[in-house]
Amino acid sequence: MKPYYRPPPHMFWLHRKPYFMFIIREMTSLFIAGFCLFLLVFIYSLGQGRETFDNMVAFLDSTFMIIVHWIVLVFALYHTFTWFNLTPKVMVVWIGEKKVPEFMVLGAVYGGWIGVSIVIAWLILY
Amino acid sequence: MLKHDILIIGGGGAGLRAAIAIGEIDPELSVAVVSKVYPMRSHTVAAEGGAAGVIKDNDSFENHCMDTISGGDWMPDQDAVELFVKKAPEELIQLEHWGCPWSRESDGKVAVRPFGGMNIERTWFASDKTGFHLLHTLFQTSLKYDNIIRYDEWFATKILVENGRCQGVTALEIRSGKVQAIAAKSVIICTGGAGRLYPFTTNGSIKTGDGLALAFRAGVPLKDLEFMQFHPTGLPGTGILITEAARGEGGILVNKDGYRYLQDYDLGKPLDINDPDHPVKKSMELGPRDRLSQAFVLEHEKGGTIPGPYGHVVHLDIRHLGEKIINKKIPFVRELATKYAGIDPVFEPIPVRPVLHYTMGGIDTDIDTATVIPGLFAAGECACVSINGANRLGSNSLTELLVFGRIAGEGAANHAKNNPGPDISALESQEKDEQNRILKGFYQKESGTENISGLREEMQEYMDSGVGIFRNEQGIRKTCDKLAELKERFANIKIEDNTSTFNTEVTVALELEGMLEVAQALSHCALDRKESRGSHQRSDFTGRDDDNYLKHSMAHYTGDIPKIDYKDVIITKWPPAERVYGR
Amino acid sequence: MGKTIELEIFRYIPEIDEQPAYRSYEVEFEDDWVILDAINHIKDKMDGSLSYRWSCRMGVCGSCGMMINGIPKLTCATFLKDYYPKKVKVEPLLGFPVERDLVIVMDDFMTKLENVKPWMIRDKDKEKTIDKGEYLQSPVQLEKFIQFSMCINCLLCYSACPVYVVDNNFIGPAAIALAQRYNLDSRDDGQDQRNEYIGKHEGIWDCTFVGECSKVCPEDVDPAAAIQQAKVTNTQNFVKSILWPFGGKK
Ligand SMILES: Cc1cc2nc3c(=O)[nH]c(=O)nc-3n(C[C@H](O)[C@H](O)[C@H](O)COP(=O)(O)OP(=O)(O)OC[C@H]3O[C@@H](n4cnc5c(N)ncnc54)[C@H](O)[C@@H]3O)c2cc1C
Ligand code: FES
Repeated sequence: MKPYYRPPPHMFWLHRKPYFMFIIREMTSLFIAGFCLFLLVFIYSLGQGRETFDNMVAFLDSTFMIIVHWIVLVFALYHTFTWFNLTPKVMVVWIGEKKVPEFMVLGAVYGGWIGVSIVIAWLILY
Repeated sequence: MLKHDILIIGGGGAGLRAAIAIGEIDPELSVAVVSKVYPMRSHTVAAEGGAAGVIKDNDSFENHCMDTISGGDWMPDQDAVELFVKKAPEELIQLEHWGCPWSRESDGKVAVRPFGGMNIERTWFASDKTGFHLLHTLFQTSLKYDNIIRYDEWFATKILVENGRCQGVTALEIRSGKVQAIAAKSVIICTGGAGRLYPFTTNGSIKTGDGLALAFRAGVPLKDLEFMQFHPTGLPGTGILITEAARGEGGILVNKDGYRYLQDYDLGKPLDINDPDHPVKKSMELGPRDRLSQAFVLEHEKGGTIPGPYGHVVHLDIRHLGEKIINKKIPFVRELATKYAGIDPVFEPIPVRPVLHYTMGGIDTDIDTATVIPGLFAAGECACVSINGANRLGSNSLTELLVFGRIAGEGAANHAKNNPGPDISALESQEKDEQNRILKGFYQKESGTENISGLREEMQEYMDSGVGIFRNEQGIRKTCDKLAELKERFANIKIEDNTSTFNTEVTVALELEGMLEVAQALSHCALDRKESRGSHQRSDFTGRDDDNYLKHSMAHYTGDIPKIDYKDVIITKWPPAERVYGR
Repeated sequence: MGKTIELEIFRYIPEIDEQPAYRSYEVEFEDDWVILDAINHIKDKMDGSLSYRWSCRMGVCGSCGMMINGIPKLTCATFLKDYYPKKVKVEPLLGFPVERDLVIVMDDFMTKLENVKPWMIRDKDKEKTIDKGEYLQSPVQLEKFIQFSMCINCLLCYSACPVYVVDNNFIGPAAIALAQRYNLDSRDDGQDQRNEYIGKHEGIWDCTFVGECSKVCPEDVDPAAAIQQAKVTNTQNFVKSILWPFGGKK
């Protein structure tokens, strides 16, 4: 008896597409975290008076920063969609004797998301 | 030397139930479960339809007894049947308490379904994976007991008898190739059936009847081996079972013209499938298995069956049940038919043909599961108590594992408490001999030309042709001769693999060695039973002959041709009568 | 007849081989052959030394899991025709030590299975004797756990799980799903005991929700869902234990 221990495959996430997509999903969280940090800095600058805030806005108004934000948006969307799509697995909702079908749970989270987005858009735009 | 109070060979339903029974009785008793596969791989896992036990108010013990006895063509021992029927509900409830996910009625009570040969719905079920749930519930429950010690993937090779008592076994640790004696004050054999004696079977590859050979060689007679059950609905090619529950739920069998041919074979008149009384119990499709399988052969001779790539078939039609019921009650049937027959039974009928399914006979035990050797017990499909007689009713077997598994556990525990420890030095010498035998004859076998699978296939072919659904003297004799020849040729088998780690060529050879022994006993029992009863149908002796053969066949090991004699069937309340279905 | 397919099989016999190697076999097959049929054919007719596990050949005993072209499968439920004319690479399940050829060492799983206490644990006052009959359980209550009870312990999910393959300390999908199976059973009161074990770091929190375990599961057990649901329950319990009076105990 001399069992053979196979070394775990090197960089397993390159071996199959599902693993690769998973790693991408994990990586997007870095971008989300980065954006959150940035948002905090942004709000902080708002508290530092008009001048700091104007500098901040000017800094953001460059092609480079706009591209960066587009990239972050794409990742944020990927992150959101992939996680939202997994919610029915995590949340099994029973109403009385009936299991709420997966598409209703999905509908609810997407509905909620759109709802909140509308409220925020309304707050910003008006 | 490894030592335990009780040793159980087999981790299927029967073995695990016995182990738990001992665990419950006394946590001080050390129990070894020796199994050639991990317990949850045991073939109990494949049982689909359900387990019978009287639970509903409209049912009675009397009914269940009567169905079982007439189903077995008056061969079952009636005291054993009564005990079995009485204990059945307790055992099934016990399993419920351990967590078995029985299917339920809307009020939360356990649901029951109709089964072949039963006059009323009394088969408990867990969807159509009853055996799977039963086995996993037992296995997982067994993990709770610290005194149950498992020897997973150890292959028992010999029963050790010393001083007239059974004192343990020798077993081969497959992983290392080492043969060791394991001493015990009592031993229970729970090794399952021997379906693999035949080429076309619902039984998994592990069902090679090892325990039968072990007991036989140790000097325990094998009882009623000629009664082998053919199930009427196996998938052609693979032999995968389509459970009787498909017919219990209302499925019908039709020939090439869509005609319910069973009505031509004294199984009653069909009711329309839309009739609220369909399916009628103990009639037509819900007749007993032996009669249905025989009807297939007769219909085939009449030209009514449908040719296919793996021989002729008939159609099992469940389309009228509708997708919803099929998915709810028999989803596994749909899965198996779709996967292995390439047809979706919601839209097409399933091609089926009779397939070897169950070993009614087995190791001779008394009603307490004890064999003639003190300290040696047997339970489950490998044993013959006997409650199944000449034909087992579907769903009686899973219950039998529980009822008699438990009785065996209790008997073995009791025996272990009242008997002295093993004679170690004598066992050591037996251990040496067995180590030598396995080493010289298998692991280090030199020369040899016979191919193992070739021999096995020849044996299976002759079993099928000589001792199949219908038999006659000439055919059985041919098989007997063939088996004698194969046994001789076995001495000259070729084993290419001489390594010791997980050598499955050796285990397969050991299995074949035992199978040849059992096959020979079976064929000689069949040769000597000159009547037709239940699953043993002789075309040269067509009637049942109670005067001469209302007796159990007993095959005794001689080293050569087995010696056959007889033992009376125990009749208590139900005198032999005609077996009637559908009229 | 007539079609042949090449199987490239992982071979390792510890007493002979220092290192594993692949050996190729050409097998003539029929369209209804599963991979296990081909492997049996090789053992019976071509090379008796090949070792592997199998029994039921109907996808229910859980013995015959192997890596087929890199993906864990039950070989008795995977058809050759779906690969033909490409060759089929057969390896032992990933993430486990290899005993020999296609046989893995599964001791690790057996220990973990036992550790999740996969048996009924009932409060003393709810225990009843056999003569009192069955515990009532409505079809809806049954529905809540039945899916997680369908696990056949084939271990495909472990091989599909990169977390387990990289670090064997992870309790893993099947064992956690079975813990959930009992946790969600209306007849059971053992959640606290089981959660103590699966709530550890190597338990549910090691899972990063790759989700492949559920995809390879031949019984649609969906262990990934079981793990995430366990995370939700454990978090709720944790929060309750801090915020609720008396630790939120009933
Ligand atoms: C497809 C199918 C469907 C069925 N459906 C039903 C049903 O619906 N209802 C019903 O009542 N019955 C059914 N049956 C019958 C029933 O399932 C079996 O009779 C029963 O499960 C046998 O259980 P057992 O414990 O005796 O043996 P098994 O479950 O076969 O276990 C045998 C054990 O012995 C061990 N063993 C064998 N040889 C050795 C050895 N040499 N050394 C060590 N260990 C050894 C094996 O490892 C295994 O653990 C069905 C059978 C089949 C094949
Ligand atoms: S052989 Fe049993 S699952 Fe494949």
